[in-house]
Amino acid sequence: MARILSILVGLFFTVALAWAFVNGAYIQITEPTGPTAEHEFHLHPKDVHFASDGPFGKFDNQQLQRGFQVYKEVCAACHSLEYVAFRDLAQLGYTDAEVKAIAAGFSVPGVDPNTGESTMVPGTPTDYFPKPFANDVAARAANNNAVPPDLSLIAKARHNGPAYVYSLLTGYRDQPAELVKEFPGSKTPPGLHYNPYFANLNLAMPPPLTTDGQVEYSDGTKATVDQMAKDVSAFLVWTAEPKLEKRKQTGWAVLGFLLFATILGYMSYRSIWADKKH
Amino acid sequence: MSFPWANEYKPSHPFMKWMDEKLPLPRLVYNSVGGGYPVPRNLNYFWNFGFLALICLTIQIVTGIVMAMHYAANTAVAFETIEHTVRDVNWGWLFRYAHANGASAFFVVIYIHIFRGFYYGSYKAPREMVWLLGVVIFLLMMATAFMGYVLPWGQMSFWGAKVITGLFGAIPLVGEPLQQWLLGGFAPDNAALNRFFSLHYLLPFVIVGVVVLHIWALHIPGSSNPTGVEVKTESDTVPFYPYYIAKDGWAVGAFAILFAAAVFFFPNSLGHPDNYIPANPMSTPAHIVPEWYFWPFYAILRAFTQNFFFIPAKLMGVLAMFGAILVWFFLPWLDKSPVRSGSYRPTYKKFFWFGLIPAMAVLFYCGGAPAEEPFVMLSQIAALYYFAHFLIILPIVSAIEKPLPLPYSITESVLGHDEGAQLRAAHGATEAVHSDATPAT
Repeated sequence: MARILSILVGLFFTVALAWAFVNGAYIQITEPTGPTAEHEFHLHPKDVHFASDGPFGKFDNQQLQRGFQVYKEVCAACHSLEYVAFRDLAQLGYTDAEVKAIAAGFSVPGVDPNTGESTMVPGTPTDYFPKPFANDVAARAANNNAVPPDLSLIAKARHNGPAYVYSLLTGYRDQPAELVKEFPGSKTPPGLHYNPYFANLNLAMPPPLTTDGQVEYSDGTKATVDQMAKDVSAFLVWTAEPKLEKRKQTGWAVLGFLLFATILGYMSYRSIWADKKH
Repeated sequence: MSFPWANEYKPSHPFMKWMDEKLPLPRLVYNSVGGGYPVPRNLNYFWNFGFLALICLTIQIVTGIVMAMHYAANTAVAFETIEHTVRDVNWGWLFRYAHANGASAFFVVIYIHIFRGFYYGSYKAPREMVWLLGVVIFLLMMATAFMGYVLPWGQMSFWGAKVITGLFGAIPLVGEPLQQWLLGGFAPDNAALNRFFSLHYLLPFVIVGVVVLHIWALHIPGSSNPTGVEVKTESDTVPFYPYYIAKDGWAVGAFAILFAAAVFFFPNSLGHPDNYIPANPMSTPAHIVPEWYFWPFYAILRAFTQNFFFIPAKLMGVLAMFGAILVWFFLPWLDKSPVRSGSYRPTYKKFFWFGLIPAMAVLFYCGGAPAEEPFVMLSQIAALYYFAHFLIILPIVSAIEKPLPLPYSITESVLGHDEGAQLRAAHGATEAVHSDATPAT
């Protein structure tokens, strides 16, 4: 009885699935879905390496400082860095005085000590990076109806984040003629910019890094577009995970200890079982 | 209950004697995981995963309690409090990554534990209750993990919660009111986040309770073993301490190495990048996918793309998704083969390795893939096999299969001979502790 019941329930699900499969197959044959422009022309991020990659990876503070400079002079016009405080910049090798000076260079929301009214005051190290727009509505209004995403976590919020950011920044180009020929409806709309590294190929952000020397590096590094893109990507790896270096270093200590303990554990297991065949 | 030859707890220190009279807790420990619990001597490494699951549960509770000290279940700040924990709390990043990857580790361990049960017939009499409680634990784990994933209030948290609670909306008549009652609103919002946090804190302790029952029920017949032949004499067993403490001990070390490698070097590779974007009800992610451990069941849910007679496709999917796990409850009665271990069941073994395992692998893959062809059609075939395996193939195979001859005893399977037991059997003096069902050969 139980067996018959179970077979009946089994048939209920399997027949329903077979029915769905046959329908799906029929649709596939009669109305095959053609390739889309995104499918054909979207590119995976470029192969690019950073000092912080790999199990022994460490931040290159010189590069992070350059990346910060690119953020400050280019990206910060539109993109916030909500989860990073000025005090965190000390980790990039800036002295306390330098951090103070950087913070003071930004205006952050505050209170007028005399009137109690909301006003903008110079930043202090404990303040967080101020947002470039008061709210999403303001951000949309200023950016062709797109909200520039916060950059603090962008390196973790995209597949292969650091390489994605670098590829996006260096990936702007004219829309390929074959694309428009193959998919006439997919012409990049006015106000958007073709970039094959962006999921749907057309990006609201205009190319932010356009000319070599757009920022002036104080350490003498030549500020090519490629260099600036790499530097700012490295900086965003840091903003996404300031504790990355500590994590990897701790990891090796932990693994070393565990390996030692496990070998001891294995040896005592062998010795305890030595007289017992199993 | 235990075997007659189990070592007895004999406290020697006056304090332990005093303790044993007032509160025999050391005696309980001794009889549960000490020298007083005889265990089959032939367990292979698949039998380490129960102990590892207990370790995982402990990791989750310890790291979770610390996470809760820094977390605020409020949609306005939830995401920020997690970032604060990771960035500014001492070792916060470690607790966060250990907790997130700990969930994955727990599921890896539990899936191996469950499939060990499938292969070796651990669900069969006299261990049905152990199995039933185990399925309850698995369901509680899924609920806990799902609600935990909502707490950071990232994009996948929000949209995952929306999709999964939306499933209740597929139930006829009461679906929509039920869904709104569960969420405390029309969509996941502060009310839902708060109750998810409350339940996410509660359920692990419920799991602890059911785990106690699971182990208690296990200790009545004692552990099963790879031959599936029940324990007959003392030479079939070794005391849990020191033998299995030593074996579990080094297995915990090996597990910890893999776990530490994930936490310290690939902490985000099992998570979805979208969950590092704060929840935004106005922007739907391109592909909404749950965490990897739900993929097989998510694939089953999405495999039902056609209404079946008068049943809407969505309801079919929901029924099948829950049914895929609920069917495990009936396993002890669906599989009627008197032989437990798959090693002695040539036909069942083939269906296990060439049917169930590939079907699960396909479901895993398709559940994480976008809902497009060929993934939908692949998951339809795999889901079809999944249901056929448990509900049709298993009852039929277990009725007609001719099992291989079983060893006389565990000792014989290990040493090749078991004179002691056979001598006594010849004199008719054997009192088998548990009668083995002998296969019709």
